[in-house]
Amino acid sequence: MSDHNTMNLTLHVWRQKGPNAPGKLETYEAKNVSPDMSFLEMIDEVNEDLIKKGVEPIAFDHDCREGICGMCSQVINGVPHGGQDRTTVCQLHMRTFKDGDNIFIEPWRAKAFPIVKDLVVDRSALDTIIQAGGYTSCHTGGVADGNTILIPKPEADYAMDAAECIGCGACVAGCPNGSAMLFTSAKVSQLAVLPQGKVEAATRVNAMTEALQQCGFGNCSNHYECQAACPKGINVKFIAKLNREYLKAVFE
Amino acid sequence: MQILKSVVGRKVFMAITGQCMVLFAVVHMLGNSSIFIGPDGINAYAKHLHDLGPLVWIFRAGLFAFVAIHICYGIQLTLENNAANPTAYAVKKQLKATFASTTMIWTGLLIALFVIFHILHFTARVTPGVVQGVDALGRYDVFTMVVSAFKNGGIAFVYVVAMCALFFHLSHGIQSFFQTMGWNTDRTQCTISTIGKAVAFILLAGYAVIPISILASALIK
Amino acid sequence: MILDGKCPTGPIEKTWDKHRFDLKLVNPANKRKYKVIVVGTGLAGGAAAASMGELGYQVEAFCYQDSPRRAHSIAAQGGINAAKAYPNDGDSIYRLFYDTIKGGDFRAREADVWRLAQVSNNIIDQCVAQGVPFARDYAGYLDNRSFGGAQVSRTFYARGQTGQQLLLGAYSALSRQIKAGTVKMYNRTEMLDLIVIDGVAKGITIRDLTTGEIRVHMGDAVCLATGGYVNVFYLSTNAMGCSVTANWKAHKKGAFFANPCYTQIHPTCIPQHGEHQSKLTLMSESLRNDGRCWVPKKKEDCGKHPNEVPEEERDYYLERKYPSFGNLAPRDIASRAAKEQCDDGRGVGPGGRGVYLDFATAIKRVGEHTIKERYGNLFEMYEKITDEDAYKRPMRMYPAPHYSMGGLWVDYNLMSNIPGLFVLGEANFSVHGANRLGASALMQGLADGYFVIPYTIGGYLAGIKPGDYSAEHAECKKSVEEVKAGIDKLFSIKGKKTVSEIYRALGKVMWENVGMARSDESLKLALKEIPKLRDEFWNNVNVTGEGGDFNQQLENAGRVADFLEFAELMTKDALVREESCGGHFRVEHQMPDGEAKRNDVDFCHVAAWEFKGVGNEPELHKEPLKFDNVHLAVRSYK
Repeated sequence: MSDHNTMNLTLHVWRQKGPNAPGKLETYEAKNVSPDMSFLEMIDEVNEDLIKKGVEPIAFDHDCREGICGMCSQVINGVPHGGQDRTTVCQLHMRTFKDGDNIFIEPWRAKAFPIVKDLVVDRSALDTIIQAGGYTSCHTGGVADGNTILIPKPEADYAMDAAECIGCGACVAGCPNGSAMLFTSAKVSQLAVLPQGKVEAATRVNAMTEALQQCGFGNCSNHYECQAACPKGINVKFIAKLNREYLKAVFE
Repeated sequence: MQILKSVVGRKVFMAITGQCMVLFAVVHMLGNSSIFIGPDGINAYAKHLHDLGPLVWIFRAGLFAFVAIHICYGIQLTLENNAANPTAYAVKKQLKATFASTTMIWTGLLIALFVIFHILHFTARVTPGVVQGVDALGRYDVFTMVVSAFKNGGIAFVYVVAMCALFFHLSHGIQSFFQTMGWNTDRTQCTISTIGKAVAFILLAGYAVIPISILASALIK
Repeated sequence: MILDGKCPTGPIEKTWDKHRFDLKLVNPANKRKYKVIVVGTGLAGGAAAASMGELGYQVEAFCYQDSPRRAHSIAAQGGINAAKAYPNDGDSIYRLFYDTIKGGDFRAREADVWRLAQVSNNIIDQCVAQGVPFARDYAGYLDNRSFGGAQVSRTFYARGQTGQQLLLGAYSALSRQIKAGTVKMYNRTEMLDLIVIDGVAKGITIRDLTTGEIRVHMGDAVCLATGGYVNVFYLSTNAMGCSVTANWKAHKKGAFFANPCYTQIHPTCIPQHGEHQSKLTLMSESLRNDGRCWVPKKKEDCGKHPNEVPEEERDYYLERKYPSFGNLAPRDIASRAAKEQCDDGRGVGPGGRGVYLDFATAIKRVGEHTIKERYGNLFEMYEKITDEDAYKRPMRMYPAPHYSMGGLWVDYNLMSNIPGLFVLGEANFSVHGANRLGASALMQGLADGYFVIPYTIGGYLAGIKPGDYSAEHAECKKSVEEVKAGIDKLFSIKGKKTVSEIYRALGKVMWENVGMARSDESLKLALKEIPKLRDEFWNNVNVTGEGGDFNQQLENAGRVADFLEFAELMTKDALVREESCGGHFRVEHQMPDGEAKRNDVDFCHVAAWEFKGVGNEPELHKEPLKFDNVHLAVRSYK
């Protein structure tokens, strides 16, 4: 267990009233921060202070606080989710910081993610990509027994590796090109490897990459920054898989 | 055609044209190293190439098309990428991206400028101070042209700098080709990346050794 | 009033098939004329919206998150039950039905539970067809594990992220319908009122959380799939945004609230570490397959490093008390046992509120590698939160509020007592009785969404005229005005306390008095404290910002205001139910050995409460429960 020495920190937080308002970094003090707190709990406390001082609290997205819903989205000291390996902001704990640290907190930045307020951004573009084809077109009911089509374990595991994506958008936030290719490729790969999804693999990869472009995301130029930023460690091999699926679709 | 506009399609064109140029660069470098055999080596090599006649022009046209595609898409994609990421972070740390990967457009443009200079210099031979002549066998004397050019420190410097740009460009570009073509897996990625950098380094060494050794021997003399 | 669940009669095996046949159908050409509103896009809501959209209804779906993919169903780790009986270990639909009734301590409706068990198999098939990557064995078949006290292996899973994968499956089906234009999705909206016209649910009033706009959406039917209410305890395993608000607004408009006192306290959660804590994290129950629960026998040993407590000084209390189920005893029993040990002063960790879950024996038996393979992600998560390595020292665990079995009252068709208002998933009360078995929540959510509501809503819609509503109706205007007035009132208080301070205080009152063990005294104390807190809230809360803006303080204030009213109802229900059953434990009603003592003579019924105004005595309606197939018996896990 970590010791209970509390810390004092200086936060530089991006504040922006609305999508079109100008924004800037404001400085706040976080006092007596316990190392056992999560990063979001630390901001909760800062917000309580701000309310008491009559300042509007910092708006930030969060929900499950156990690293799975993908709602939390902050770039901390220049790294989406704060840079602890495979960790979302909500699971980042203050013991990774030291007394006296300066912490810069910014929202996801990309043209496809307009800022709603402060640290909150609009990520509906990711939904649009899924809506373009991130599914199997099966109907409710009337499907075959789950064991009718056998799926080799390595393929099921590969699909699961891809399916772990939580759709938080850290890949976009980290990408120098603001590209959502890792996000898109994870879904394309998951469904392309499973027999249930193979049927529509060609139309899916075309539709989803087209949607990605239309939403204003950038192109992938293989920086691999996305994989490093991903709190679930989604591998860039899935982008290679997407490229492969795309080429297959072209020649089909 | 959809592939010419697609996010993946254009990358594939970038990758294939780029990789063809890498192959050209490798062959070109091997050809160049015939200079170490002496005047007889490189002059014979040059004559041999010129004797191919129309094939040379077909090859040049093809290569030019590739270069054009690579540059046009390169610029277009970069502009799009910048537009997709219009606001900079106050603080940004790079985790995996490298100097090479983030400067592709600049190293690329530098190489393009160099290629123009290089063609004017050694192919069209219109730049001032090019030493032209024929050797004892009546072949065009490439050896003397090159050696005399690189004795000029400024020119040697330009060539070496350009080869450094090529090194950075390819140290990202070669492994990128495999990723874009979909031939990467998590197991091969590291190896491919290392091989890519190694090839880029060999090209750097193979090309830069010529101006450097000529200049060095001139300086020693 | 005696409520009627309208359950089909006859042999239980035939009930659902017979009922499906008896339901009226809507002509395919007419379906598009009906509009259905779905609030919440978790497993139940997402699946329902997708399935109804596909059938041809016009669906409008709403969620408070920024995407329908984020509902808290996503956090379920362990798995989903189905009576496939693939492992050849004696499972059947009947056994799943039997286990669920018994697990729920005989406080659920037989017909509803039967239907759940029956459609459970279709769910697995549906999810596989959607591309949900369930775990497979080396032959390529679906893999099963035993889970949460079941003696058969009927749980399907996708690593430790089953809820996520199932939700993403439902989300993908929903996305397909959004693309097809049959479902219109509204993200970042919160339902703040139910519109009831002439006694029939016809729409909702929502607040657009981004712009602050208050708007009415009308439809032929309203489906609430808005989850549970255990955030009334402030600290729970639920997401921060989970609230009783949608259900409570419907309740205030006349929908009966059934069995609000049935809350599940999950035995394996990471203990609280400080006052500032915002939520508790659940660790999958599957850990109990290999972990052994213990506390030191002597109080003096509680402060020691666990590895320094010798084997003979450890009390493996679950194995001692329940030799046949041991560490796999059902959730309510395991939770209460942990509390007993801590109440006895033998708890470990900060505040003495924790028990050890020890993997040393399992690591010795199967090796650290196997344990890592089974629970690697959980051990990692534990280390992230506590900074302790569970391979080296036992985990610390403590029970935490996790799930609410109670919810809005619904009949067999999932329709509440307000015609046109349907309630699905955790938001209704129907199948789990007084205690839910592990891996059954996912099953219920998807059953309701994919395989129940698409049929039963047709039976309702076939009987009404489509489009029989108008947003210009006086009720709509009144609703909008009321919602706006409520928001203005919150801003006008300008008091000294933050919303969180009052919320925390409420949580403390509820956890201490209406938590795992409830007594006449504690409940009466809570009934005194809650109105005080409510008064303090309405006189001294400080809600910052503006209404016409993205304002999380306002969202939170609204939710807390509803919890402050709901808490009273929950406590009253717990006070009136003079028995112990499942997750509801009254200290006055226990066996000599401390086990729950049911009172089937007086309480074998569903308690459905009718709202009579804030602070007024709600009216109790009862729906008697009949057990024709599973005979009422004392639950024993010894």
